Amino acid sequence: MFGGIDIGSRSTEFVLQEGGFVVHRAQLPTTFSPLEQCKRLLEGHSPEYLVATGYGRELVKTLDLPYSVGAITEIKAHALGAHALFPEAQTVLDIGGQDTKAILLNSKGGVVRFEMNDRCAAGTGKFLEHTANVFQVDIENFGPYALLGNQPPLINSMCTVFAETEATSLMAQGVRPEDIALALHKSVVRRTGSMLKRVGLAFPLVFSGGVANNACIRKLLHEEFGGAESICIAEEPDMCGAFGASLWAEVCFNA
Amino acid sequence: MSDAAHTEMWEKLNLDISAHEGLLEVLGKFYGDIYLSQENRLNGMEYLDFVLSEVHGLRIKEIQDAKATGKKVIGTFCVFVPEELTLAANAIHVGLCSGADAGTDEAEKLVPRNTCALIKSFIGFKLARICPFTESCDLVVGETTCDGKKKAYEAFGKLVPMHVMEVPQTKTTDAKQLFKAEVLRYKEALEELTGVKITVENLRKSISVVNEKRKALQRLSRLRAADPAPISGRDALLINQVSFYDEPERFTQSINTLCDQIEERIAQGGGVVPAGTKRLLLSGCPMAVPNWKLPYVMESSNAVIVGEESCIGSRNVRDLVDDSADTIEGMLDALVDRYMKIDCACFTPNDERMVNVQNMVKDLNADGVVHYALSFCQPYAHEAIKLQDVLSQKGIPMLSVETGYSMEDVEQLKTRVEAFVEMLD
Repeated sequence: MFGGIDIGSRSTEFVLQEGGFVVHRAQLPTTFSPLEQCKRLLEGHSPEYLVATGYGRELVKTLDLPYSVGAITEIKAHALGAHALFPEAQTVLDIGGQDTKAILLNSKGGVVRFEMNDRCAAGTGKFLEHTANVFQVDIENFGPYALLGNQPPLINSMCTVFAETEATSLMAQGVRPEDIALALHKSVVRRTGSMLKRVGLAFPLVFSGGVANNACIRKLLHEEFGGAESICIAEEPDMCGAFGASLWAEVCFNA
Repeated sequence: MSDAAHTEMWEKLNLDISAHEGLLEVLGKFYGDIYLSQENRLNGMEYLDFVLSEVHGLRIKEIQDAKATGKKVIGTFCVFVPEELTLAANAIHVGLCSGADAGTDEAEKLVPRNTCALIKSFIGFKLARICPFTESCDLVVGETTCDGKKKAYEAFGKLVPMHVMEVPQTKTTDAKQLFKAEVLRYKEALEELTGVKITVENLRKSISVVNEKRKALQRLSRLRAADPAPISGRDALLINQVSFYDEPERFTQSINTLCDQIEERIAQGGGVVPAGTKRLLLSGCPMAVPNWKLPYVMESSNAVIVGEESCIGSRNVRDLVDDSADTIEGMLDALVDRYMKIDCACFTPNDERMVNVQNMVKDLNADGVVHYALSFCQPYAHEAIKLQDVLSQKGIPMLSVETGYSMEDVEQLKTRVEAFVEMLD
């Protein structure tokens, strides 16, 4: 059995698989003690090899574990996971808690080129989380809420804080909050669209990472780039990184 | 790095003693983490460690002693200022502090916030009174290699004795004439400042001194083609950085000694990293001391840097001055020819840089290129796009990085560099 653990800024996922068949998956919020959360996820499991990915990928090595631990970046992990789930995939979009990545793949699932947002949270899960606060809507309900909008104004700012300012002033002008929420979602898709184009977007595109659970972002992405045949979304898109890491664990073990 | 014995000297230079102490403390810690923690370093690096530990101490003392005998000190920010002329006029030629966030708030009163870290830094170092080199200068020579710098020198010129050389933006015959006129103007400024006439004899001698320095650095560059890499990129960068501060003849000798050691190491098949470690060329903006962030991130990501395509690197050492002329006129022409070969991004077009990067990748057996542009550095940001195109056509992977001196983006940088190195497998 081979393990992959993806320690992101918001949530941590753990996958156990062998030969591509997942036998166990679990998820916990990362919280302020990621190491404790890792321990909880790993408890009772003893993979032959574990590969960590995500921001906390070096952290897992500090645990005293009875099996070998390696680390790869989220970029490689998502590329591996997306390729295994959708072998035809040519591009991967991973929107996570604080990072957005656009990855161009070769036919074997290797990374050819990638783009990543630098520093600020523009277009990331953090952006949606922050702006959802303005509407006092839970992040899980923010997508469905935005889908109630039908006349989105244009939100120009990509900066999380300035976008909030813009949303607030639109509210003051009497614009419907659902429409503003939709506009904020549109701004995320616009941002990721340009990142995808920079890496040389080719289809099929796999949309992975936690934000892929957001129904509004999914709908807008389909509107922008075409239907289900060109954009693939895994059943549990936030597991894709941990799954990719577990696949790499198997590769390392057999090498 | 702090040394009480030097405090009196720093006081005389009107440094802000407590702020300077803070700087040395940070620099010392940084140096320990990034340099002294390396394994398999060459013995010859102890010399560099010493020079750097005394860069604000003994080296400044040496400069003050020379000043006491009437020598003048010239500070520069760019490889376009001909060191040969400075030395011929019996003056000391040093690069000035500009590699760390210092006095940023004060600097932002004189230059716009969206100015690159290097420019803000040299102004900040002056305003915060923490650079003993800047405070030792009899003349600071600027150059018009970008809009940010040329405008910044207008403000900086109010703080220090300033001479600005116009560097042309093309390489036409007219442009070379312009640069020659500027070289002549610099020569006259030097002669007036030092009272030393630049002659065939003293210029020939200084051309030879600087050529020898560049030859030693070229020798070092060539040795880095070996696999396993015999020296870390961090150490090589340090050597290139120190080449702007140290006494040139002593420096040349030490680097040649180091190269002897490297040759022995290569002959024994030894290296600073295991054979097969991914090899990266670092390309782009200059990295003044202590701007070691990106090299450190790169070499902590299962990779080794095998070359610096930079002003603090190949752009400063690749070309020698033809030493066959025996008239002042001929020597000045030779200087102009050499300096106008520099492939700075300030030129339009600057296609030779595209070729030079590819040649370095080939000569140094690099697996990929990491392109570094300081945030808000227009010329290199433009060329990053161009270079990416050129290299991708040749199948050479490139990662484009834009960053400054602060540590806020270290983790993101790590992820990007590591992912790039993974990609090279």
